[in-house]
Amino acid sequence: MTIDWAHFTPFSGLAGGAMIGAAAALLILGAGRIMGAAGIVGGALDGRDREAAWRWSLIAGLAAAPSLAQAFWGAAAPTFTAGWPVLLVSGLLVGFGARLGSGCTSGHGVCGLSRLSPRSFVATALFMGAGFATVFVVRHVLA
Amino acid sequence: MRNGLALVVGLIFGLGLCLSGMSEPSKVLGFLDLAGAWDPSLAFVMGGAIAIGAPAFALARRRRVAWLGGDVELPKTRGIDAPLALGALIFGVGWGLAGVCPAPGVVGVGFLSPSAMVFVAAMAVGMLASRLADLRLRLPRISTQDA
Repeated sequence: MTIDWAHFTPFSGLAGGAMIGAAAALLILGAGRIMGAAGIVGGALDGRDREAAWRWSLIAGLAAAPSLAQAFWGAAAPTFTAGWPVLLVSGLLVGFGARLGSGCTSGHGVCGLSRLSPRSFVATALFMGAGFATVFVVRHVLA
Repeated sequence: MRNGLALVVGLIFGLGLCLSGMSEPSKVLGFLDLAGAWDPSLAFVMGGAIAIGAPAFALARRRRVAWLGGDVELPKTRGIDAPLALGALIFGVGWGLAGVCPAPGVVGVGFLSPSAMVFVAAMAVGMLASRLADLRLRLPRISTQDA
């Protein structure tokens, strides 16, 4: 295994991660809800959801964050290397899978592991394993 | 009040994703590419998040009522079942294809990235489709609460 030292950012990773953890802490202690992006977006899209208001507010905050990041430290817009067909397939799988599996990187990976949920440990291991396998196939088998 | 708190939570969450580089698909793919030049940053992001999240959830577990009133709702589902495993595997394949998951997708829309908009639109369709599949197959009802 070779480490990509040129792109490895342990300090901003830890600091940004701590902010994500602080956001999750604020939501569970302040409003009693889990900060899982898939559940929040999925719930907001569900027409019968009685909790849609706070979910849309959180989504608005996520979408507004880049403007602040650009103002605070000149954060650069992300570069998507995947083309639109891949993005379409990827989006469908991510949306479908995260709802079926009751969580994504934030719901299972951050909140679930933080509260030592066995379901979330299994889900995180499986989606990471599937992610490793997919990138291996795309980058080293098909390419 | 609750909506205001959720807005602030979304802002901090989004700023954390931008600062940590997790809004950048190449950083995520760099972590998932074990056989290439490996970028371990994502593990540090999760470590930082769990270091703050773990004590908060330990505290939340002992509270019935949230600061703003209302119940503290922690997921009650316990069993490791087929929908959990299958869903996580499908999600992981999608995540590995483009290096984007739900929250960074929404952040990308905030950056006005057309690619992120395509991803999030497809993700919304996938989420609605899982609802329909849920009704059709009569799978154990997927809770609106995540994780």
